[in-house]
Amino acid sequence: MGQTIIEKLWEAHSIADLGDGNQLIYIDRVFFHERTGSIALQGLEAAGRTVRNPEQVFGCMDHIVDTIPGRTDDTMVPGGSAFITTTRKAAHAAGVNLFDLGDDRQGIVHVVSPEQGIALPGLTLVCPDSHTCTQGALGALAWGIGSTECEHAMATKTLAVKKPKTMRVRFTGQPGYGVTAKDMILHLIGRHTASGGVGYAIEFAGEAVRALPMEARFTLCNMAVEFGAWSCIIAPDQTTYAYLAGRPYAPKGHTWEQALAYWQTLPSDDDASFDKETVIDCSALVPQVTWGTSPQHETGIDGIVPDPADEPDTNHRQSIERALEYMDLEPGTQLAGLPIDSAFIGSCTNSRLSDLRNAAAILKGHKVADGIKAICVPGSGQVKKAAEAEGLDKIFTAAGFEWREPGCSMCFYAGGDNLGLGKRTVSSTNRNFENRQGPGTKTHLASPTTVAASAIKGCLTDVRTLEP
Amino acid sequence: MDKFTTLTAIAAPLLRINIDTDAIIPSREMKRVSKEGLGEGLFAAWRYTEPGSRNENPDFILNQEPYRQAQILLAGTNFGCGSSREHAAWALAEWGIRAIIAPSFGTIFYANCVRNGILPAVLPEGRVQALAALVAEDPKNNQINIDLEKKIITTPDQLTNTFDIAPSDQEMLMEGLDTIAVTMKRDDEILAFQAQDRLKRPWIYL
Ligand code: SF4
Repeated sequence: MGQTIIEKLWEAHSIADLGDGNQLIYIDRVFFHERTGSIALQGLEAAGRTVRNPEQVFGCMDHIVDTIPGRTDDTMVPGGSAFITTTRKAAHAAGVNLFDLGDDRQGIVHVVSPEQGIALPGLTLVCPDSHTCTQGALGALAWGIGSTECEHAMATKTLAVKKPKTMRVRFTGQPGYGVTAKDMILHLIGRHTASGGVGYAIEFAGEAVRALPMEARFTLCNMAVEFGAWSCIIAPDQTTYAYLAGRPYAPKGHTWEQALAYWQTLPSDDDASFDKETVIDCSALVPQVTWGTSPQHETGIDGIVPDPADEPDTNHRQSIERALEYMDLEPGTQLAGLPIDSAFIGSCTNSRLSDLRNAAAILKGHKVADGIKAICVPGSGQVKKAAEAEGLDKIFTAAGFEWREPGCSMCFYAGGDNLGLGKRTVSSTNRNFENRQGPGTKTHLASPTTVAASAIKGCLTDVRTLEP
Repeated sequence: MDKFTTLTAIAAPLLRINIDTDAIIPSREMKRVSKEGLGEGLFAAWRYTEPGSRNENPDFILNQEPYRQAQILLAGTNFGCGSSREHAAWALAEWGIRAIIAPSFGTIFYANCVRNGILPAVLPEGRVQALAALVAEDPKNNQINIDLEKKIITTPDQLTNTFDIAPSDQEMLMEGLDTIAVTMKRDDEILAFQAQDRLKRPWIYL
């Protein structure tokens, strides 16, 4: 019987069988950032250990650094500069690569790694950050780990991993205008819950995935962890190869040809079987938005806030009740038209050049509604530079958006910069957890175009009513 | 790391589903580059009345007696989902939690627990709810007993629940192992794999 792409990569990286489905897996690349990587590097140093192949280890400053222009090592996060300086010192001592402040390649780790061609098809790649699954979009086996496992991966070049079950999610049909990869993944989570993928490595397949440009594939894979998945992957194809060709760390010349020949063997065999199969039809999909405090609390923009009384399962009913209390929403409220206070475009989900282009196409010639705090944070220095070269920054600022330096920024609240505590925000990020973007902040997740349209109208808005 | 063999302790029910690691330890409570000093920030948004304050919210279960002495959490589906922050496990351990019983866990959180001396035990939802009901009757006397070697959880009414755990995870918890040292015993195999791999996939090696 044939193999899935997941099984092929698993086998290619297996060093030893540790029993009961656990395998010692060879790790090709390790990424880290200043919040969790700092602790891992410190731990190694304290134990007198060294990094086995420092040239394969890459770090980014993204979580704690400010994103306001003119930033320095000092941050608005209380105690934040220690994360930056400790990481820098430990990274230099360990001899690993670091995209530091001032380097125009700096940015959010999951944006930088593909952009630099460090993530490649067929690799195993880990980072002490849950959204590492983003990079599965290139056909890599990429997953998030804790700091202790990161120390292990850096010191030994391996990790002990339990073999995941496999799932294939096929997205069929062609989504209509205004429906993006963000809407596809939100819909999947809404339909199958935030724990629907627990224990699985997931292959995203189907014609709607094949049709996605590379950057949209990153968005799709980014939120697999919000589905509970261990990781996710998209088989590499021409779109992948065209994206990678010529990137700084991607193979060149003869080794590119060698790599390409190998990559073409990776897609799942026709007769491969998965432990679970799911199909999502995208043809009838509308732009999605969340109303609650879990990514599974979502519906179409034309939908209403649900009534917990309609939910038969006690746990889910209680979760909805609590979410509505936190979000200050009544059952039956129309989502389109709900007034917002702020709007955010950024994060490893939606801060790439195409995201900014799509949002700018909506914003062009408009202004954000009175009183709306609106912020755009490009995902990396490269994204920012490219966006400025085509004048996107001017469109954002003319519309009333702040235009920032790259980083995670207001995707989460660490005690400093925020979108307004207790305020209602529409955000292109991936987590609407209680207090995630600040104490009391009420987050509605949506695509960058929905965020742009909502910022203009001052309320959650169906982007399809606002053609660019 | 503390070894985990058996434990008899007060259990605190916190049965909400999808409790994420941002809730277990908010970002703003991760103030230093350290694994320590995090217990105070555990569940900060629920445990204290205002952000950043240390005024206890009397309604939150871990602020109530005798749950203040709880060493076991009874939790809902997908406990520890979200961010990979190992700070969640460090905060729980520092506060005094040694075991969590839930129908399922966030995958990264599960691994982080095992590496920090916390047993994540999976029981069916109905069993977790039954344990919670029993504990709620008399939390101080209805303590829960966990035997990791036998992989059983016993209640005061002598009902026995068995749970599954991978042998390597079980061993790590019972022996309090340093995982890097364990893996380094296979260093020859790792280096041999790498030497072969360099020939097979030269483009990997920068
Ligand atoms: S942008 Fe947000 S989700 Fe992505 S890595 Fe940064 S903090 Fe995490």
